[in-house]
Amino acid sequence: MRVWKFGDNVDTDAIIPGRFLIINDARELAQHAFQGTRDEFRTEVAPGDVIVAGRNFGCGSSREHAPLALSGAGVTVIVAASFARIFYRNAINLGILPMVCHDVGSIRDGEEVRIDLNKGVIETGGKTYTTEPVPPFLRAIFDAGGLVPYARALREVS
Amino acid sequence: MAATIVEKIFSSRCGREVHAGEVVMAPLDGAMIHDITGPLAIRVFREMGGEEVFDPARVTMLFDHQIPADSIPAAENQADMREFAREQGILNYDIREGVCHQVMVEKGRVAPGEIVVGADSHTCMYGAVGAFATGIGSTDMGFALKFGALYFRVPESIHLEVHGAFSPRVGAKDLILEITGDIGADGATYQALEFSGESVHRLSMAERMTCCNMAIEMGGKTGIVPPDEVTWSYIKDRRGVSPFPLASDPGARYNEKRSYDVSQLAPKVAVPHNVDQVVDVGRVAGTPIDQVFIGSCTNGRYEDLALVAEVLGDRSFSDRVRVIIIPASRDEYLKSLRAGLIERFVTAGGLVEAPCCGPCMGGAFGLLAPGETSLSTSNRNFRGRQGSTEAEVYLCSPATAAASAIKGEITDPREV
Ligand code: SF4
Repeated sequence: MRVWKFGDNVDTDAIIPGRFLIINDARELAQHAFQGTRDEFRTEVAPGDVIVAGRNFGCGSSREHAPLALSGAGVTVIVAASFARIFYRNAINLGILPMVCHDVGSIRDGEEVRIDLNKGVIETGGKTYTTEPVPPFLRAIFDAGGLVPYARALREVS
Repeated sequence: MAATIVEKIFSSRCGREVHAGEVVMAPLDGAMIHDITGPLAIRVFREMGGEEVFDPARVTMLFDHQIPADSIPAAENQADMREFAREQGILNYDIREGVCHQVMVEKGRVAPGEIVVGADSHTCMYGAVGAFATGIGSTDMGFALKFGALYFRVPESIHLEVHGAFSPRVGAKDLILEITGDIGADGATYQALEFSGESVHRLSMAERMTCCNMAIEMGGKTGIVPPDEVTWSYIKDRRGVSPFPLASDPGARYNEKRSYDVSQLAPKVAVPHNVDQVVDVGRVAGTPIDQVFIGSCTNGRYEDLALVAEVLGDRSFSDRVRVIIIPASRDEYLKSLRAGLIERFVTAGGLVEAPCCGPCMGGAFGLLAPGETSLSTSNRNFRGRQGSTEAEVYLCSPATAAASAIKGEITDPREV
């Protein structure tokens, strides 16, 4: 499980370019993740790898194809200094955990990483980082496995 | 307790007083899906056990991103969606009407005080008519279609007060680019941008749409202009709802207040590759361009095209640039056609396409080659947004686009 390090303002056009939005399958989308902006990602990423980024990760288009492509690549945790709002919701809804950590600057690309989801703690490069707690309502959706299983369990909405 | 317009909309729709920061499950007055985000939303709706959408009359479907279908997978997606619309009795404008957001507003699919969601980030544009409208992903949309409700964190607001009169050939797009440069690409995350001040109330609906459209470029949840006479007269023919008071209370709490005097504002350009990298046009004047795109939900309305024609006069576009002009909707196309604008553009060497998103998203046509530069009236200049990741996209107003298309390089519209 390695770190894929990105900078600030990674937009959803970069995560999955517009011309691939005709694809609806996660695995197939994963084959085009970061195509043109970081080409080694789609061939080298392994399930369990963690994306670590700066501010405003996932800004721009609401395309859920972006987190879907990442989940197709086996990414289940993204750590960033901050997230764009729609991406944050989409990620939770798909069962990807967006973890907010202001102090990502010293985390380096390619480092091995271990994450304790329950404690919200990341270990990498011999250091430990604490992330902000996820709001309980959103954590419940993530724990259910995403919004689809959550909604299946929901009988009625008041 | 004093409330912002957005808090009031949530309170009224939730049936109890709610305030910024609360997470609420709010009922929806409308939902929009298009050809790109729709197929996933429908799949999720079914995975959630959905059989019938919450209210077919409140759902709008249309195709605008890759139309007419430019590949077999795109055609399949559209065919599946048509089938879904038939089965559910949903209004489907198909490929006939144009860009989703323009169509939603002009067809009266959204009204003041409503909560409307769209599976597209620029849904925030409908705040131009005094609604709370925001973009959501496909899974949220699947949930919305099934339950007719969605969870929201009631947003805090940023107050933007605008004074002064624009100088000629400077307008709403320059203002919103200036604001985006100030607030930054994530400066309004989770928040609503509320526009007010005498200058805002003098803006046409088209200009208000341009401003609210770009709230998302600052991370905003919605842009909103409290309804006034301009709004109510626009809404009257479209929805027939009578005016009712809807405005923020004096003393409402804002995260931030900013004030703008537009009388000294210069034409603005966002330079590659972030929307918040904004400079006065003079700083980049002379930059050679290969393509100009005039259109999109941000600036593809009749008023925008009329401004282009005014700057153009009886001149021609430069031979060095490909000029692609796309009215945002069929109505805007017809207005432009009847006013003689389309003929003017074609005579000048422009390529006028039928209403759709066109090169804005880099999915369909009009893509850029490596090393090329485009000037665009749309809302995003991310790397790769309009084609090659080695291409560069600058964003500007219709007037600046027109002046630059005449010269073949980025040009101050006040100097042609
Ligand atoms: S015109 Fe551009 S920004 Fe507007 S809906 Fe279409 S792709 Fe999105």
